[in-house]
Amino acid sequence: MMHNPEFAIRAAGLRKCFGSITAVDDLNLDVTPGEIFGLVGPDGAGKTTTMRMLCGILHPDAGSAEVAGFDVRRDPEAVKRRIGYMPQRFSLYGDLTVAENLFFFANIYQVPREERLRKEAEVLAFSRLAPFRTRQAQYLSGGMKQKLALACTLIHTPSVLFLDEPTTGVDPVSRRDFWRILYDLVKAGVTIFVSTPYMDEAERCNRIALVNRGRVAICDTPEGLKARMRGEMWEVVADSARQAKMALASVPAVRGTQVFGDRLHVMIEGDGEAAIHMALQRAGVTAAGVRRIAPGLEDVFISLFSEQSDE
Amino acid sequence: MNWRRIGKLMKKELLQTLRDRRLLGVLFLAPVFQLFLFGYAVSTDVNHVATAVYDADRTAASRQLVERFMRSGYFDYRAALDHPAQIDHLLNTGKVQMVLHIPRGFANDLQRGRTAQVQSIMDGTDSTTAGIAAGYVEGVVRAYAAGISVERLVRARGVVSSVPGIDARLRVWYNPELKSVQFMVPGVLCMILLIITMMMTALAIVKEKEIGTLEQLIVTPITATELMLGKTLPFLLIGLVDLAAVLLVAAHVFHVAVAGSVLLLFAISILFLMTTLGLGIFISTISKTQHEATLTSFFFFLPFILLSGFMFPVENMPRVVQWITYAIPLRYFLEVIRGIFLKGNDLSVLWPHVLVLAAFGITIISVSAWRFQKRVG
Repeated sequence: MMHNPEFAIRAAGLRKCFGSITAVDDLNLDVTPGEIFGLVGPDGAGKTTTMRMLCGILHPDAGSAEVAGFDVRRDPEAVKRRIGYMPQRFSLYGDLTVAENLFFFANIYQVPREERLRKEAEVLAFSRLAPFRTRQAQYLSGGMKQKLALACTLIHTPSVLFLDEPTTGVDPVSRRDFWRILYDLVKAGVTIFVSTPYMDEAERCNRIALVNRGRVAICDTPEGLKARMRGEMWEVVADSARQAKMALASVPAVRGTQVFGDRLHVMIEGDGEAAIHMALQRAGVTAAGVRRIAPGLEDVFISLFSEQSDE
Repeated sequence: MNWRRIGKLMKKELLQTLRDRRLLGVLFLAPVFQLFLFGYAVSTDVNHVATAVYDADRTAASRQLVERFMRSGYFDYRAALDHPAQIDHLLNTGKVQMVLHIPRGFANDLQRGRTAQVQSIMDGTDSTTAGIAAGYVEGVVRAYAAGISVERLVRARGVVSSVPGIDARLRVWYNPELKSVQFMVPGVLCMILLIITMMMTALAIVKEKEIGTLEQLIVTPITATELMLGKTLPFLLIGLVDLAAVLLVAAHVFHVAVAGSVLLLFAISILFLMTTLGLGIFISTISKTQHEATLTSFFFFLPFILLSGFMFPVENMPRVVQWITYAIPLRYFLEVIRGIFLKGNDLSVLWPHVLVLAAFGITIISVSAWRFQKRVG
């Protein structure tokens, strides 16, 4: 059955409470088919809870969600056949081999034999796990485990893929590999919904939603988000970044400061350079360099959330 | 419901079980080991009571009595005492379990037709053994006394044939030698089925919860019912294999063969397994970790073992406790198993127990399935 929904994922007014804690609160999302959509936010923002509700593991207290064109609550079986979900924690059978894990999940999804063989060869090839077919999953390295988990979620050719912090605890090389695979999947028409606390990973998405305290604070492309930043971004290199930070804190035009080792990122409105030099001079801090930089997503993220918590 | 998917899940479960050496040992060696343990070591038969004799009389009559004791086969002669002060020490250190004390004047009293006295001092720490040994003491003494009376009568009348008396003969049916292994094997069988199926089911489900694969399964199209069956049926199979293994060992090693129908035994076992598998599922729904599941299982084991009649006969329990035993499914299963095993009973006798077992099984598995569905579905 072909199904061409307008949205790969659509959530409206999702809410989930655990006791007195509201993990997700009136969350709205629209994800277009074929994009990589990033759910970005600090720990405890409600990313995992949102993802679990979209996958049908948790039932929302309020609101509705559609995935791959089917209502998650009314037609969970139709949704389940079309999605793949990779939880944050490695959760395959460690005492089964790579091939046995793939075989098991293929059977649970009732993938026909011929398609299964074709698909198995395909996922083993892209994950480069073919040489380890007969190795028990518990003896794989972290990166390989991750790729096996991805392979298992792809065995039934899902149209929407949910990845919950997929590269947490994975080395940079495996991480790059992993993203290479994701781009290939998107080319093949898969929609990817990925949550991450890492900004460099968020930058790889087509669109991202910044979530905080269970709500979507803002949703845009990474470029669009950066463009939304008010003011300019300046980098100050000083002997003591902390002293520089203190000196600049009293300047009214400064919207925010963030220390990165011996560097200080300053967000400032109006004529930044003059104001920074003046403030440093007054405090007696010698700066080795002051230059304007393009804001990273991390700066956007921090400025957005610090503004919110000021309210 | 999709049986092929259930089959795949069962296959995976069995594959994992067969791959886990330790689990394999628990599932297949432990039952046989337990049978040996209960069959050989844990015997409630009392036939080697370590006995010391303090014969203060030192006459032909007293020696004859001692000899009667030793010939009975229940007592082992360990020491002869010549001072009463030694008694305390011997019993205290556990060197003997009983001291037979024949006071001075024993033969003299008998001769004069007075009631003679014999004292046996028993170590009551193990009350069961002491009680059984006391029975034997009484038996030996009574037989000896009867012998003397007859002798007297004969001597007085000079005739042998006309001594009146009642000859009470005890016939024990179903277990004529009163061997405890006969009684134990059915019990051990019940225990094994209970432990393996209840605990293993609970652990197998909770393990998936713990390592996160349960969540991975929930996002697949598999339904809660399929998942539940796929997780429990392997242990039903393993339980039945264990049952067969125990029956074989019982028959060939202990020569305790099933008197009734083996087929009926298996059929009713499946009925009982509904209860234990159901309890396993129930435990899995209230436990987050395997550790919790193990502890919760023990919470169920204890009343099952203590109140089912496996350890102590239900008839010997206080009235109130006896009422509680009606709520223990193992009680009925134990009666059925012992009935089939020892008496060769069939359904015409056992049907009330079977009905109760069926009621327990259906209720428990329904409640558990409902809880499981609510948690997983």
